[in-house]
Amino acid sequence: MNRAGAALAVLAALLMALPALAGPYALSVATLILYFAYTGQAWNVMMGFAGQLSLGHALYVGVGGYAAGALFYHYGIGPWAGLWLAMLLCVALGAAIGFLAFRFGISGVYFALLTIASAEFTRIGFDHLGWLGGPGGMFLKVAQRDAWDLVNFRGPPVMYYYAILLFCVFAFALCFVLSKSKAGYYWQAIREDEDAARALGIDTFRWKMLAVMLSSAMTSVSGVFFAFYYNNLFPEQIFNISRSIEIILGPVIGGVGTLFGPVLGAALLTLLSEGITESLGAIGLDIPGVKQLFYGAVLLAIVMFLPGGLWPALSSRLRRAK
Amino acid sequence: MTLLALRSVSKSFRGLRAVRDVSFQVAEGAIVGLIGPNGAGKTTLFSLVAGALSPDAGEIAFAGRPIHGLHPHQVCAAGIGRTFQIVKPFAALTVRDNVVVGALLRTRSAADARRVADGILDQLDLGAKRHLPAGSLTLPERKRLEVARALATRPRLLLLDEVMAGLRPTECDEMVLLFRELNRSDGLTVLLIEHVMRAVMALAARIVVLHHGQVIAQGTPAEVVRDPAVLECYLGEEAEI
Repeated sequence: MNRAGAALAVLAALLMALPALAGPYALSVATLILYFAYTGQAWNVMMGFAGQLSLGHALYVGVGGYAAGALFYHYGIGPWAGLWLAMLLCVALGAAIGFLAFRFGISGVYFALLTIASAEFTRIGFDHLGWLGGPGGMFLKVAQRDAWDLVNFRGPPVMYYYAILLFCVFAFALCFVLSKSKAGYYWQAIREDEDAARALGIDTFRWKMLAVMLSSAMTSVSGVFFAFYYNNLFPEQIFNISRSIEIILGPVIGGVGTLFGPVLGAALLTLLSEGITESLGAIGLDIPGVKQLFYGAVLLAIVMFLPGGLWPALSSRLRRAK
Repeated sequence: MTLLALRSVSKSFRGLRAVRDVSFQVAEGAIVGLIGPNGAGKTTLFSLVAGALSPDAGEIAFAGRPIHGLHPHQVCAAGIGRTFQIVKPFAALTVRDNVVVGALLRTRSAADARRVADGILDQLDLGAKRHLPAGSLTLPERKRLEVARALATRPRLLLLDEVMAGLRPTECDEMVLLFRELNRSDGLTVLLIEHVMRAVMALAARIVVLHHGQVIAQGTPAEVVRDPAVLECYLGEEAEI
């Protein structure tokens, strides 16, 4: 316990000090890692806890991003207000999908298909929304600023780094508390055996709805961050199924249903894929799709050799070493 | 006082009439056995009481309140706990967490639920295994876990679906003692489906016999085992109890 606490303290100190130590490129990679760690944590609430597989989480990133982005673009309203609209819309969408599925007994693979379909038709719909830029995309005004404008969430890269770090810590703490609470127990029971859960007095419809709504609310924050960090949104990209897959790769590789899994998976995957792209670029090779190929290979290896993910294997080894 | 009352309950699956016009009552504090050959409709009847299925016709009342048509979680909240014949442990959770899930129904906090769960686990002789994943238990242990989980919801009526099957005679006797104790000390009412006649005879004060979905006999164990219809369809001519 002490050693785990010490390791956590070292990690926290390292993350706090990182902007002072790292260059702009390393900082952008770190920001990307934290972005995926946060989004993976949000996805994990639904799948890891409650066992509901969403393959369309890009929907919430996209809607969240567009909601806050549009308020800023059209009316100059900052993201702290836009965040609420983003959350509200995403929770409503999540609730609608959850209601359709859970009321009419759509589960497992069919539920996953429903989530994909929802993200896809939203993508096509946004292609036809001229007010939001349509397929040509929406661009938030970019100005190189060294000062932190926290009200409008505009500033240097280091501000975004600390913001997403804060979100990550918050999401991690929330999931930790949830896992020890009634909700955590009930979600896991539903994940393991829904009939048995019902027989123990659990209103499974209600608790599954809660998981979907919480997960979509958390994911909407990713969207708002994405919009203000990258300053551009294209339906074709942000709602793309490959984005949904990217979101779930971290937790799947790190360990579905664990607290550290999404963080570990995101770090490993982003570092390795950036490393591969960089080193191939250094020797003058630019192979399109090499990242996807790499994701596929890692996923294959994990599913075959460590189906529970890296973190459970790692933590049991650490415990034995003590 | 009557705790559970079934009046003319029927259930069909397409052409198959699994339960036909079944009526019987379970008095508060009683232990009633439900026996019959395979396919007689015993488990279907349990599912009807527990809310997993709803009857096509008839009424089911618990403590004077109609419960047919309620969802399983509402039936559980009303005070009926059940076990599954084909055990359904939360395999990835620890033995203790399995029971905590049940205990959370009537406790304020997870800490309280853990305390309740530990007490029940000791009662069912699973205390030493509380930190193991439920998936690692043997079948007799899983049967006991089913009982522990159901008890954790603090039921007034416990539905036991073949929890003695596969137990050794000594384990079976221990289980019988446990239910007698719960019945005596907490006033727990029990309705049990059981093929192990040794357990049924030791526990039940009344027995209901089901055959082809219909009640063909009910009464004290002594009456039932002498009933010619029961002998013919289930126990066999030379049954020795």
